[in-house]
Amino acid sequence: MSKNKGEQPAVGTFRNENFKRRTRYTAVFIVLLAALFVVIILNINTGNVHISVGQILKIIFSGGNGVGTEYNIIWKIRLPRILMAAILGGGLSLSGFLLQTFFNNPIAGPFVLGISSGAKMVVALTMIYFLQHFAAVSSYVLIGAAFIGSMIATLFIILISRRVHHMGTLLVGGIMIGYICSAVTDFIVTFAEDSDIVNLRGWSLGSFSGMSWDNVQVAVIITGICLVLTFLMSKPISAYQLGEAYAQSMGVNIKTFRVLLILVSSVFSACVTAFAGPISFVGIAVPFLIKRLLNTSKPIVVIPATFLGGAVFCTVCDLIARMAFAPLELNISTVTSIFGAPVVIFMMLQKKRGN
Amino acid sequence: MADYYFHMNNMTVGYNKKPLIKDIEIGINKGEIITLIGPNGSGKSTILKSISRNLELLAGCVTLENNEIRDMTFRDLSKKMAVMLTERIKTEYMTCYEIVATGRYPYTGRLGILSKEDEDIVEESLKRVHAVELGSKNFDAISDGQRQRILLARALCQQPEIILLDEPTSFLDIKHKLELLAILRSMAKEKNITVIMSLHEIDLAQKISDKVICVKGDHISLFGEPENIFTYDNIRDLYSIDNGSYDPLYGSIELPRPKGEPDTFVISSCGKGIPVFRKLQKENAAFIAGILYTNDLDYELAKQLASEIIEEKPFCSISEENIQKAKAAIDKCSRVIDAGVEIGEYNQGIQEILDYAKQAGKLYNN
Repeated sequence: MSKNKGEQPAVGTFRNENFKRRTRYTAVFIVLLAALFVVIILNINTGNVHISVGQILKIIFSGGNGVGTEYNIIWKIRLPRILMAAILGGGLSLSGFLLQTFFNNPIAGPFVLGISSGAKMVVALTMIYFLQHFAAVSSYVLIGAAFIGSMIATLFIILISRRVHHMGTLLVGGIMIGYICSAVTDFIVTFAEDSDIVNLRGWSLGSFSGMSWDNVQVAVIITGICLVLTFLMSKPISAYQLGEAYAQSMGVNIKTFRVLLILVSSVFSACVTAFAGPISFVGIAVPFLIKRLLNTSKPIVVIPATFLGGAVFCTVCDLIARMAFAPLELNISTVTSIFGAPVVIFMMLQKKRGN
Repeated sequence: MADYYFHMNNMTVGYNKKPLIKDIEIGINKGEIITLIGPNGSGKSTILKSISRNLELLAGCVTLENNEIRDMTFRDLSKKMAVMLTERIKTEYMTCYEIVATGRYPYTGRLGILSKEDEDIVEESLKRVHAVELGSKNFDAISDGQRQRILLARALCQQPEIILLDEPTSFLDIKHKLELLAILRSMAKEKNITVIMSLHEIDLAQKISDKVICVKGDHISLFGEPENIFTYDNIRDLYSIDNGSYDPLYGSIELPRPKGEPDTFVISSCGKGIPVFRKLQKENAAFIAGILYTNDLDYELAKQLASEIIEEKPFCSISEENIQKAKAAIDKCSRVIDAGVEIGEYNQGIQEILDYAKQAGKLYNN
């Protein structure tokens, strides 16, 4: 076909436009990075104990070898918490993005489909079992438990989606699975021993509080691997956006791809749930906002931008959760719902109008 | 195994292990245009999905250049075969350019980034379907017909040797239908690309195809060149038409002929009768046509629409017998329409009939 250049007009009509798009992508990335940076600084600098910026910088660059109350607040409490909010927020958003790809619907997400609640249930069971028999639970065990829980819920959802093709019905199915799992969790929590409850209550409502550097390390490893995998999948995802049949005709091995999509998405949401409990609406709202901002659904730009966007969204929400009614702390889902749910409503209204 | 470029070898296709169409045995040469025709739900799409590996075969195999396509990797196959489907695709924020660019998938690297050359091919594909101006539009915001063209450009962008199209002309207006088929034809002839497609428009199928596959019931009822397939009986049979007719000569479809005792006699020649016949058909007024030479344009349509034809062999003067027949018909009818008949050396007899009708006071000029 490339020999067919005799025709008017000259090739290159879209060069300019492609350039404009790329400029826009770059701008969005710069804005997101800047926002993340600002929010992190703001986050470190905000709290019940006021610490000056100079001191903060000194503590950060001390590399974990300081002493004193200020040091402990910054290094042992605020910093891991912020990093976790950023990492897990990014992971959660990508988990949503992958589910949306899988179900070919922008309203799919780990929370509305009951996947987070499934993870929550198995984690609660595991926690109680381990705390009764051993002194502590390792992060990996909790992530494993959360992964099993998310897979169970996901498989249920896939089974339902085989029978019903209407997305609304599927969502109702997911919400029901979520309720069942939450009910089971509440039941377990009610009958758990007093010492367990303190841990479980806060966690089962969702919170980034009480994160340690060990947690950060585990989250970085797992989320990092998944992020790389997701990014490497951006090409088949772009083909899959046109539907299964087209994707296959372009050379995608659909069966393998679908399995990988679900596995990665489940690991993402498992990691989040294991550490911070179920967090609502981030998985739907962030990918939607990012696509709008970039004005594209090209996975190769949407994936990293969604991760960054999720990080910004969750660190902002965590800041609000911490500070809005300080010293009282809100659970994180309260804040993400306030911002996320209206976005989802807006999305549905817009879709209706589009049709 | 015979040496075909693309060979459906004793293939059985269907859904969920239930066979729908059995024992399909069809060989296709490179650069041919093959059209699947048949009633709705006959399984044309199922066949296309099966040969594109979207559905698993229930029996038999499909070979491309003597390689079983089942054994090829999806990636290798995608460099040889592209598809264009009827299913609607849901996209968000994707421009037509981006849709077309997905056709480069088999050729780009791990991350799917387009090279300059890829970008040129995308643009040329858009140009081939005359849709360059749609490139920057959002795919959700264009008409169905435009979408169809973009999807064709996407398939072309994949630079396939064989292209499968499911109902490519649906949603298109007549201009774009012709344009699309012209593109396919030039692709097949200039670039030796093999085209296999399903079509609803049998008139177009007759004109574009090198070979035609008729799908009916649980088997391929006919396969061959259009000259042999498009006969009056085959088409009526294939689509079970009992309410209308098919004219194999022009590939046109006619509504059923008016019923009842004919009350109008139409005298015409050289195609002048066609609008009159159609008008009478719409009024549901049965009529007799005559005296028509069997090589007259009017004769072909009269065969589909007239209750009775008084016919004469070409280039002969009109026989006394036919004149008497015509006069009898005039007696029987309450009106005679002269659609503008030409009278020359051979058909002097027509004048006699016109005069006869005039005397009876039944002659109307169209």
